Amino acid sequence: MISTRFPIRSRLRAVADHAVTGLAVLATLLVVTPLLTIFGYLLYKGASSLNLAFFTKVPAPVGELGGGMANAIVGSAIMLGIASLMGVPIGIGAGVYLAEFGRGTKLAHAVRFTADVLNGVPSIVMGLAIYALIVVPQHHFSGFAGGVALGIMMIPTVCRTTEEMLLMVPHAVREAALGLGVPNWRSVLSITVRTASPGIITGCMLAFARVAGETAPLLFTALGNNYWSTSLNQPISALPLQIYVYALSPYDDWHRLAWAGALVLIVLIVLAVSLVRFVTSRGVLKGTS
Amino acid sequence: MPEIRIPEISAHRPKAATHDRGAAETSLQSDVRRFLLSRGNSAWTDRGFHGLMVLCALSIFGIVGLIVWQLIQRSQLSWHTFGFSFFFHSFMDPVTHTLSFWDPVNSQFSALPFLYGTLVSSFLALAIAVPLAVGVAIFLTEMCPRRLRAPLAFLTELLAAIPSVIYGLWAMFILVPLLRQYVNPRLVDWFGWTGLFNNDNPTGLGFLAAGIILAIMILPIISSLTREVMLAVPQSQREAVLALGATRWEMIRMGVLRNARIGIVGGIILGLGRALGETMAVTMVIGNSPEIHRSLLSNGASMSSVIANEFTEAVSDMHVSALIEIGLALFFVTIIVNAFAQLLVWAVTRGTPAQTR
Repeated sequence: MISTRFPIRSRLRAVADHAVTGLAVLATLLVVTPLLTIFGYLLYKGASSLNLAFFTKVPAPVGELGGGMANAIVGSAIMLGIASLMGVPIGIGAGVYLAEFGRGTKLAHAVRFTADVLNGVPSIVMGLAIYALIVVPQHHFSGFAGGVALGIMMIPTVCRTTEEMLLMVPHAVREAALGLGVPNWRSVLSITVRTASPGIITGCMLAFARVAGETAPLLFTALGNNYWSTSLNQPISALPLQIYVYALSPYDDWHRLAWAGALVLIVLIVLAVSLVRFVTSRGVLKGTS
Repeated sequence: MPEIRIPEISAHRPKAATHDRGAAETSLQSDVRRFLLSRGNSAWTDRGFHGLMVLCALSIFGIVGLIVWQLIQRSQLSWHTFGFSFFFHSFMDPVTHTLSFWDPVNSQFSALPFLYGTLVSSFLALAIAVPLAVGVAIFLTEMCPRRLRAPLAFLTELLAAIPSVIYGLWAMFILVPLLRQYVNPRLVDWFGWTGLFNNDNPTGLGFLAAGIILAIMILPIISSLTREVMLAVPQSQREAVLALGATRWEMIRMGVLRNARIGIVGGIILGLGRALGETMAVTMVIGNSPEIHRSLLSNGASMSSVIANEFTEAVSDMHVSALIEIGLALFFVTIIVNAFAQLLVWAVTRGTPAQTR
C-alpha cells in the first residue's frame, strides 16, 4: 500500500538498501584483496628464493651472493625458548590466581586491569624498557635481554586466556574434587587446569605466534648478528630482525632473502593459528563450556 | 549449562569410584583418618600454592612498575633540560636559519614533529579503516551466506596474525611503488588545490603510505570487535524493526548500529591505540625525517619510528634521554586510549556471553 501512495520514497529506500549491500560487499572485497596479494606475493617471491642454503648457511658478506639465515632461525628459537620459559608459567599462574583464588576481589580487578595495560604497551616501548633494565647494567646487548622482552609480552595474553578458560570449567567439578578430599592445590592443578588445558595451550600458542613475529622489542635488546652465535651473552639474530635489516638494504639478493624469511615466518604463524582454530573448532573446548 | 556437563567429566573414573566405595565400607575408619591426615598435611602446600599464584599475579604489577620507573628515570635528563616544552617547542637552526625541531648534533630536541606524524598517520589510518571495517562487519553478520562466513572471518583473523615487519616488507616493495607510479601523481592532479597533496616527494614514501599500511593492520581488530558488538544486539531488535516494514539497511541502521554504536566506538579507539604504537611497518614506509608538512605525500616520522630508527645510533646521553621520553609519552598515551576503549567495549558486551568466533 505504501508503494502505491509514495512510489518515489519507496523506490529510494530500496535503492539505498541495494546500495548499502553493494558497499558492504565492496568493503569486504577491498579488505580481502590486500590479504590475498600479500599472501600471493609472499608465496611467489618467497618460494622462488627459498632453498636449502637458506636454512643451513649464515649470511654472506656484503657483495657476495648466496648465504642464508640459519643463525637467525636458531637465534629466534633460542629467544622464543627463553620467552616461553618465562612467560608461560607466570602467565598461567596469574591466570589461575584470577580464576581460582581472587575471583571478585579488588586485587584481581587490579591485576586484570594491569594485564590489559601490559597488553597495550607498544612493543617498541617494551624494547626501550628492557634496554634500560638489562642492557644498560650489563653494558652489552644480549640474546637473554631479547628473550626477556618477548617473555614479558607473552604474559598478558597467556594470563587472560588461562583465566577465561578456567572460568568455563563448571563449578561442580571443583566441588566434586574437594568433596573427595583432594587438597585445593591438587584440585586446581589436576582437575581444573587439566580440564581447561586445551584452551590454555591454545592461549600459549597464540601468545607464542604473536611474539614470534615481533621485531621492535628486539631492536635494542638482541640487536642482531651476522655471524653464528648461540651465546646468551652476545648479540643474537632473529628472523624478523633479519628480515627488517635485509628489507632496508639496497641489495637485490638481500631483498630475496628477506622474502624467503618472511615466507618461513608466516608459514610458522599460520600453522600455529590454524592449529589453534582446528583445536577450538573440534569441540575439545566445548565439552567444558 | 554446567549441570548437563557433569556426567561427562565425572564419567572418567566410574570404576575407581565404585572400587573406593567397596573399600570404604570395610575400613571406613582408617580412610577417614587418612583423609583428615592428608588434609592436615596439605594445609601448608595449599598455602604455598596460593602464595605462588598470588606472586605470579603480583609480578605483573612489578613488571609494569619497573617499566614505568625505568622509563621515567632514564628520561630525567631530557625532562630537566626541556621541561614540558619538549612537546611543542621549536628553534632556529643556527646554520640554515630555518625552523628546526630535532637536531642531535646541537643537542636540540623537540617531539613536535613526531607527535604530528603519529597523529596524522593514525587518523589517516582510521579514516580509511573504519568505513571498511564496519562494512565488513555488516556483511559478515547480516548479509553473508552462512558458508562464506567462517572462511572470511578466518581470513580477517589471519590479517591480524601477520607480523608487522611483513606488512612493512609488502608495503615497501608493492604499495610504495604503486603509490609512486599511479596513485600519487593522480592525487596531486585532482586534489592538489587542497594543499594536502604536494608533488615534492618522488619516493612514494610518506604519511599516506604509512596511513594505508596502518589501516590494513588495524582493520581486523576494528572489524572483529564491531562484529562482536553487533552479534550482541538481541535478535528480537532486528525482528521488531523488520516487522515494522523496514528494509534490511534500515533494520541494520536502526536496530543494530544504533544499539551497538558505543561498542563500535570502543573498537575504533582500540584500533587507534594499536595504530599509535605500531612501529615496524610505519618505520619502513614513513620516510623518517623529523619535519612537519601539510602535504600527506611528504616524508615524516612518528614517535615509534624515530625510536626504532635512531636509538641504536644515539651516542649523546641527551639524545638517548629524549628518545626515551618520547617512548614514555607513547606509553601513557596508548594506556589512556586503550583503557578508554576497554571501558566502552565492556559497557556494551557485559551481560552477554562471550561469542565463539
